[in-house]
Amino acid sequence: MAIQSKTSAFKKILNFGPLILLYISVMNEFDLNYLNYKYFSFNFPFILIFYWSLKRAETLSYGYIFIAGLFNDVVIGFPIGTSGLTYLLICGFAAYLRNITLRPNLINEWLFFLFAIMVVTAINYLMLISFFLVEVNYYEISANILFTFILYYFFSYIFETYKKLVFRGRSDD
Amino acid sequence: MAASRDDFVIAIRSAFLKRDNQQRFSLIFLIIFSILLIVLSRFNFSAINYLKLSLNEVVYRASFIASIPEKQIQNSRIVIQDHFKLYSDYEAIKENLKKLQSKEYNTKFIIEENKRLRTLIDEYINNSEELIGKVLLDKNSPFLRSIIINKGSKDNVEIGMAVLDKEYLVGKIVEVNYSTSRALLLSDLNSKIPVSIEPGNIQSILSGTGKNNGYLQYFKEASSMNEDDVVYTSGSGGIFKSGIPIGKVKKLDQENHSIIFFSDLSQLNFIKLVSFSTEKN
Repeated sequence: MAIQSKTSAFKKILNFGPLILLYISVMNEFDLNYLNYKYFSFNFPFILIFYWSLKRAETLSYGYIFIAGLFNDVVIGFPIGTSGLTYLLICGFAAYLRNITLRPNLINEWLFFLFAIMVVTAINYLMLISFFLVEVNYYEISANILFTFILYYFFSYIFETYKKLVFRGRSDD
Repeated sequence: MAASRDDFVIAIRSAFLKRDNQQRFSLIFLIIFSILLIVLSRFNFSAINYLKLSLNEVVYRASFIASIPEKQIQNSRIVIQDHFKLYSDYEAIKENLKKLQSKEYNTKFIIEENKRLRTLIDEYINNSEELIGKVLLDKNSPFLRSIIINKGSKDNVEIGMAVLDKEYLVGKIVEVNYSTSRALLLSDLNSKIPVSIEPGNIQSILSGTGKNNGYLQYFKEASSMNEDDVVYTSGSGGIFKSGIPIGKVKKLDQENHSIIFFSDLSQLNFIKLVSFSTEKN
């Protein structure tokens, strides 16, 4: 009996895995910047939010994503609401792609992801530059978009495996 | 053509307006709410400031805990690197020690002379009580170089206080919460500090690069500046006292000068918070 309840608790944690990972990544700004490679950085929350909003939207609720955005703003010192808006726009792009896709194809998703992060990052920094007079380095932003785009391909395999292991056989999958 | 436009509109409407299963809010509602928050924070709406302060208190603490595993990996990496560099570091330190010992006597004389001269011009610089703070978070993203410190308004921390690592300036306080505060590091793109380069007393502005160094702006006499010249605060603007060491000059070419900070801004654990005031007697 005790073993069964432990297993079900573990399963529940696994169900919330992507959400927990999202909160850890926004609080920790998980981007391997400490490696100090010139220009290397990527936006892990973008990858996570786009993938799960596209493949299994109920895993990350929009409300939780919005709150994660608020937390990210606090951690990196952006004006409140900026990251929330960025993350929700990523969700919007993913939801649009989900609606128009009949046969999922990783390459199409990957290219659409590039388009989405370019638009969303442009809106984000345009807002920061024009409303809040923040100075930004365009090379760093371009490199960040490029690495986020490249790494989406690898992370999508990892998330796909996770999805198959944890959510297999669910009616809502 | 019309059919494909209809499909596009339907897909967009469904994505933004429809509330899916297990979604409490529609996407468009939250997007509008985010925009509202941004607009209100642009105009410093007081309710947003209170929301931000409360969020800061909670998130900084949670973020400190969430960062522990990554910090451990980072520290292990540094320890391994240090072991590999042990012998070369030892040789360099031995060499530096010899040079410093010879300079020490000269420095003592200069300090005494400086005190006498300050008394002559009736200028006294008062330091506030030094506060020692622990770095809770160090956000070294390319877009933001700042640290979160475990001292806030309850410890009398104020905006504009100098943040020192040993005797070296590393940044200034830009945001104060009840029990935490944020310091903008000198390496941040938006950091601008008036500095003086010695020898030569060249006045300039030190700007951050978003990396681990800085660069000099708005200075004359580029040719009289040399490699390894020392950069100090100039005291202009009245925020910092003059003469706090910051780093040394690395000449890239005739016009461009990079500044290598004395402190490693990515490895700050404990810092000192000080404010300065000038009194004329």
